Amino acid sequence: MVDVTSLTRSTATSESPLTRLALIGLALGFLVVFLLLPLVAVFNEALRNGLGTLVTALQEPDALAAIRLTLLVAAIAVPLNVVFGIAAAWAIAKFEFRGKAFLITLIDLPFSVSPVISGLVYVLLFGAGSVLGPWLKAHGIEILFAVPGIVLATIFVTFPFVARELIPLMQEQGTADEEAALSLGANGWQTFWRVTLPNIRWGLLYGVLLCNARAMGEFGAVSVVSGHIRGLTNTMPLHIEILYNEYNFAGAFAVASLLAGLALVTLILKTAIELRYAGQLSAARGH
Amino acid sequence: MELSIRNIRKDFGTTPALHDVSLDIRSGELIALLGPSGSGKTTLLRLIAGLETPSQGQVFFGKDDASRRSVQDRQVGFVFQHYALFRHMTVAENIGFGLSVRPRATRPPKAEIERRARELLDLVQLSGLERRYPAQLSGGQRQRVALARAMAIEPKVLLLDEPFGALDAQVRKDLRRWLREIHDRTGHTTVFVTHDQEEALELADRVVVMSQGRIEQVGTPDEVYDHPAVPFVHRFIGESSELPVRIDGGQVWLDDRPTGLTAEGAGPATLFFRPHQIEITDGCGGCLAGTVTGSRRLAGTRRLELALGGAGHRVEVDVPIDHPAAGKSGLSFRPRRYKLFPAPSPGSDGTPAAAIAQAPQYPAVA
Repeated sequence: MVDVTSLTRSTATSESPLTRLALIGLALGFLVVFLLLPLVAVFNEALRNGLGTLVTALQEPDALAAIRLTLLVAAIAVPLNVVFGIAAAWAIAKFEFRGKAFLITLIDLPFSVSPVISGLVYVLLFGAGSVLGPWLKAHGIEILFAVPGIVLATIFVTFPFVARELIPLMQEQGTADEEAALSLGANGWQTFWRVTLPNIRWGLLYGVLLCNARAMGEFGAVSVVSGHIRGLTNTMPLHIEILYNEYNFAGAFAVASLLAGLALVTLILKTAIELRYAGQLSAARGH
Repeated sequence: MELSIRNIRKDFGTTPALHDVSLDIRSGELIALLGPSGSGKTTLLRLIAGLETPSQGQVFFGKDDASRRSVQDRQVGFVFQHYALFRHMTVAENIGFGLSVRPRATRPPKAEIERRARELLDLVQLSGLERRYPAQLSGGQRQRVALARAMAIEPKVLLLDEPFGALDAQVRKDLRRWLREIHDRTGHTTVFVTHDQEEALELADRVVVMSQGRIEQVGTPDEVYDHPAVPFVHRFIGESSELPVRIDGGQVWLDDRPTGLTAEGAGPATLFFRPHQIEITDGCGGCLAGTVTGSRRLAGTRRLELALGGAGHRVEVDVPIDHPAAGKSGLSFRPRRYKLFPAPSPGSDGTPAAAIAQAPQYPAVA
């Protein structure tokens, strides 16, 4: 993209054409080798034996079950994280309270901790050897090696995405709009739906897309709690791993291409939002 | 609607923002809360609105104790310094917001809300901008929309927090005049916060001068300018020069020399006068005399900096541009109007060392 400022920039800060070419070439080369090539390879591998094989591989019952489970988990985890994320961001941005810095650090925990550990936490919490384990068993509640465990692990891992996106946005917007709405007679509910939410909608959508991408792609934490029961507790990433370990490359890459496709759609949507609402996004950020 | 603020105290954590403030505001009055930053003026305004709760004390709307009422119930029109317009709503939707969030039973029909919004846009002279978004308006236009939005709910009182603070000087002047006109036409009881004394003096019926969480003086612009009650008000409002003097035998003395000014009482005091309220004297049989240490052009006059007496006390006086004194190295003068305050005893917190009978504040003006 050509930037006006780069054209008018003074000669003092610009590099010689050769240096520029080298730097741009380096950055592009890096992107191609490490990001673009693997992606192309996935699709290439998936389509190696033609579109027919790909479709057949995806219609296999276990693959279908994995796709359904992944969509189900995302459909539960993402809305919950939207609610938690808004609540957390609201509390942090609009109120002063003790332990605020600690709460912000806590929200970042899923980013800093390895997903495997996030999964292990749930095993320790709900597993047969834990305090809760026998009680859960006695009441016939299955969490580990079942859908609830997978959902919990996914929520844990994807928690920061929405909150992290909203906190700086809401902090910057301050509380004046809400105060104005209240002084005009709106109650808390009306203020939230008619003022706060529209103010953060683009940031929220952004967070939701990222959260969704991660929820569908999460491997580590889910792997620990899922139990890998085919057709029951395998999500798409787990299913891909199993197929791969069984040397079923056609199947593995077929599912992988679908997962990568979902991620690409997410990215395209995100870019589309940025282009379409660039003005409002920047207004929301810099108003 | 009359407002009565009774013994309000507000602490933020352990920091007191307001100490025992009381104030009565008459119905239909336009009142300015004036003070430097940190004086508690915005806190007081937000307490009236119900955006803050007092640590102690009460706020009365008429006879009604509003202290425990929420901001929604108080029916105040609050205008924020940075407008706080809803950016995703059009101008008309912004203005209609207060009516559209009313409970179904009292909510006017849509067409009526739109009609009301148009009417208010006419009042604030922005007809035809109904469909614009706030981002498409200038700062002055936004502030007018914010005022129209606040007036749409038929507020009992209009509260404006630094309404012109974010605007440039020319727009500010225009809006000031315009706000006065709107006030005269609608008759809302209006309280506005400002740190700009010129704005307060020009616009308000009465000015409340605040400092460090206390009200220093309440009065008409004439009263606070001409009869400041405490040194702070004299320094804060208008230009001010001051000198440490002594009162003895009905005379005011500076470093054992008579100044030609009279006062009753005795003891150390501080003499306040305004740079433009002086007369230049020929010779010095009882006057203030000093050497000129600096000279600046100030719009229609020339301001001289003088060093007075052996201690070289610094004061400022204004002389006409074409006055010969402007070019000289020395000047003798006498304040035409002046004010004496007992000098604070050293090390104390401003309590007067000796109670002195105040001299006639404004001796015969020539």
